[in-house]
Amino acid sequence: MLVFEKSRPGRGCSMLPACDVEIVLPKEKDKRELALHMPELSENELSRHYTELAKKSHGVNDGFYPLGSCTMKYNPKINEDMAALPGFTEVHPLQPAHTVQGCMEVMKETEEYLCEITGMDHMTFQPAAGAHGEFTGLLLIKAYHESRGDKKRTKIIVPDSAHGTNPASAVMAGYSVVSIPSGEDGCVDLEKLRAVAGDDIAGLMLTNPNTVGLFDKNILEITNIVHGCGGLCYYDGANLNAVMGTVRPGDMGFDVIHLNLHKTFSTPHGGGGPGSGPVGCKECLTEFLPSVLVEGEETLSFVKSEHSIGEMKSFYGNFLVVVRALTYLKTLGREGIPKASQNAVLNANYMMNKLKDLYTMAYDEVCMHEFVMSLSDLKKKTGVSAMDIAKGLLDNGIHPPTMYFPLIVDEALMVEPTETESRETLDEAIQVFRNLYEMAEKEAESLHAAPVTTPVTRLDEVGAARHPVLRYQFS
Amino acid sequence: MGNYIPNTENEQSQMLSEIGFQSMEELFGHIPDEVKVKDGLNIPEGMSELEVRKSMQKIAGKNRVFETIFRGAGAYRHFIPSIVKSVISKENLLTAYTPYQAEISQGILQSIFEYQTMICDLTGMDTSNASVYDGATAAAEGIAMCKERKRKKAMISATVLPYVLETVKTYCFGNGMELVVIPEKDGVTDVEFLKENIDKETACVYIQHPNYYGNLEDAENIGNIVHEAGAKYIMGVNPISLGALKTPREYGADVAVGDGQPLGLSIAFGGPYLGFMACVEGMTRKLPGRIVGQTVDHNGKTGYVLTLQAREQHIRREKASSNVCSNQALCALAVSVYMAAMGNEGLANAAIQSTSKAHYLAAELEKIGFAVENKTDFFHEFVTKSETPAETALKALEEQGILGGYPLDDHRILWCCTEVNSKEEMDAVVRILKEV
Repeated sequence: MLVFEKSRPGRGCSMLPACDVEIVLPKEKDKRELALHMPELSENELSRHYTELAKKSHGVNDGFYPLGSCTMKYNPKINEDMAALPGFTEVHPLQPAHTVQGCMEVMKETEEYLCEITGMDHMTFQPAAGAHGEFTGLLLIKAYHESRGDKKRTKIIVPDSAHGTNPASAVMAGYSVVSIPSGEDGCVDLEKLRAVAGDDIAGLMLTNPNTVGLFDKNILEITNIVHGCGGLCYYDGANLNAVMGTVRPGDMGFDVIHLNLHKTFSTPHGGGGPGSGPVGCKECLTEFLPSVLVEGEETLSFVKSEHSIGEMKSFYGNFLVVVRALTYLKTLGREGIPKASQNAVLNANYMMNKLKDLYTMAYDEVCMHEFVMSLSDLKKKTGVSAMDIAKGLLDNGIHPPTMYFPLIVDEALMVEPTETESRETLDEAIQVFRNLYEMAEKEAESLHAAPVTTPVTRLDEVGAARHPVLRYQFS
Repeated sequence: MGNYIPNTENEQSQMLSEIGFQSMEELFGHIPDEVKVKDGLNIPEGMSELEVRKSMQKIAGKNRVFETIFRGAGAYRHFIPSIVKSVISKENLLTAYTPYQAEISQGILQSIFEYQTMICDLTGMDTSNASVYDGATAAAEGIAMCKERKRKKAMISATVLPYVLETVKTYCFGNGMELVVIPEKDGVTDVEFLKENIDKETACVYIQHPNYYGNLEDAENIGNIVHEAGAKYIMGVNPISLGALKTPREYGADVAVGDGQPLGLSIAFGGPYLGFMACVEGMTRKLPGRIVGQTVDHNGKTGYVLTLQAREQHIRREKASSNVCSNQALCALAVSVYMAAMGNEGLANAAIQSTSKAHYLAAELEKIGFAVENKTDFFHEFVTKSETPAETALKALEEQGILGGYPLDDHRILWCCTEVNSKEEMDAVVRILKEV
């Protein structure tokens, strides 16, 4: 039941004292006439309402969450405690510099950690999410070419395996997209890349490991080709959890990157944000970074470059998310960061190896932090689709892998276990996957009907889009 | 060193050997040597939880927390009911990803549906999305959604928050829309300039109400001018003001945006906040980002799903209406809880107390030589001009634990009052400044 349906006139919570100065009301011409319909509930009713909603939600805390490309690792509790310190939450963003030295220190120290991990020279925390970071990074590339008077570069190369945000961000930055097909091995097809690399190319957007979970071994050749035609290389950091301490984007030839602190650096995703998408770059792009950077040793201050692309949003980004990430970085440190990546890769390979006799792997090679299965054989044989298996997982308390992505794999399920899952959890999940396979062969119908144990069964998405009901209508 | 890896070194070795590897090095053996990190990362050693806590507390201790704040300018300290934190700390909600799997995400989806309803009700608009990053990006996205094939010019008033203006400029640098800044006249949008410069190529006009200086714009009149030219009218609004002031709908807006921070979110050195976006029905499919819709399951039971996804990047890729993917869902939840806890009366009360207190402080400051510059009605922010340098005045307040208004220049200060500021605090400001 919606909170509005629980509302009873006259109920409510008492929050504010009486006004201690003379009341001033807006003049008639500016006075609100539309009635408000906020719910009227006692605090007990309100609290129970949200507890009920929480019960109908599945977070990392509820169980295994191998959602590929989203790095659903455990969110440490100390991160939350530190982000709730009044010394961070009660600070106004426009306070004088000498009263916010701690906030500046958070930004500077996190920048130092993350630049070393990625091989970049500077980093901005203003972008609020990964896609926002992509847009920012592309604007840096645009500003770079424009500063050199180079106006002919109007295209960004994006592999067909890329996240959907890549081409969408390129268009927001005013570029047209050149999509290049992946090779049979799921990696960049060097010949296809060479064929499009010309003086109209502003840059390339790439993840490595790529979206099929493989490390592209030709990475130096790839970035060389792009640099050779005068373009820059953008690293989509969505998959950084595979390579921390092993490989740095900066050493692979990337000039600009974004990270997802809400993936790789353990900050919770909150059911769809707030995230944080810091953008790091090499020296050649630093002068174009948005907003301010922190400088100084003893006394810190904000500095803004005169060639900055401007502001990407208000203030300094999703600051409390950065506080959480710094807490995590300090905890793991020099040994823990590479270990996290190693175990993420181990867990993925472990699961893949224990499933590949039954399920068809899209690419049967050593994978990185995630692997992609194609259920197209199973579907042909039994009629059970990737969607059906995913829904079957729901009845077993497991959040399904990412479905139908990347687009280059038919009936794809993309599995990313992360390093914070124990062997027992992986073994249980492997067993569930195997049971579902068996079920597909023996009783396909029951998988078409799954899930049956969840608060609702499969929902009519077509109807929802055809006859949109996007809000409650008050009578 | 702390870490969150459950498997012991022994277990890791066993797992490795079960899948045919001798060591981690071998598992990573396919990565070319020439790109590998050679001597480890040059970052500090990891720490125990106790050490990390001390270290972070020490950093937080270097910030000054002001008991009393009279500074707004885009970040507002309002009262936050305790239930807000309680709800957004619930782990099932906190640690979930975007609700792609609707069957196990009904709680999150329903909360977004409720949020959309409340934002529509608050602004008077028909459709709301599930939020974007903040007020500035909501403004930029709002302008981008009005772009049409033959209308690629946007006009924005100079009286909007500086961060909003700068962010809009950056987005326009990206998408190639022409941006015309309508100058300020006497603290409000220069309506004559607007009339003279709006044309057939103008896609939209963006104003903020109350504006950066706290002033109420001639919002209805501006809306008429915009619509006569066939352009869309976007209003950036402070959501608290809508407890008392006319809604964007009543002023004739097509799109309403703003920063939801005043509705239950801490000032938190600038974020996370959230941007709300709502529009009239005809523009629904131009909205960026996630939208939740109501539907039924196979048994006819009511449920909620992400909908109208044909607008979005994961389906449309380069043809998407925006690249927005993650938004500020948990902040949207906080805003919903805030509005539910405050209720109709609480929201109206917060608005009226904020504006009443601002008028009290303005009148008191006026008496001691801080002349109020606002020539029109203002809401909860106002500007004073004084012979006393702004820096001197603000320093005197700071020494007494008060964060005064925001210095606009050497002698002008932008003040803000909310319901949390007591008469006693305001009298203290006046007393301190009198002696400067």
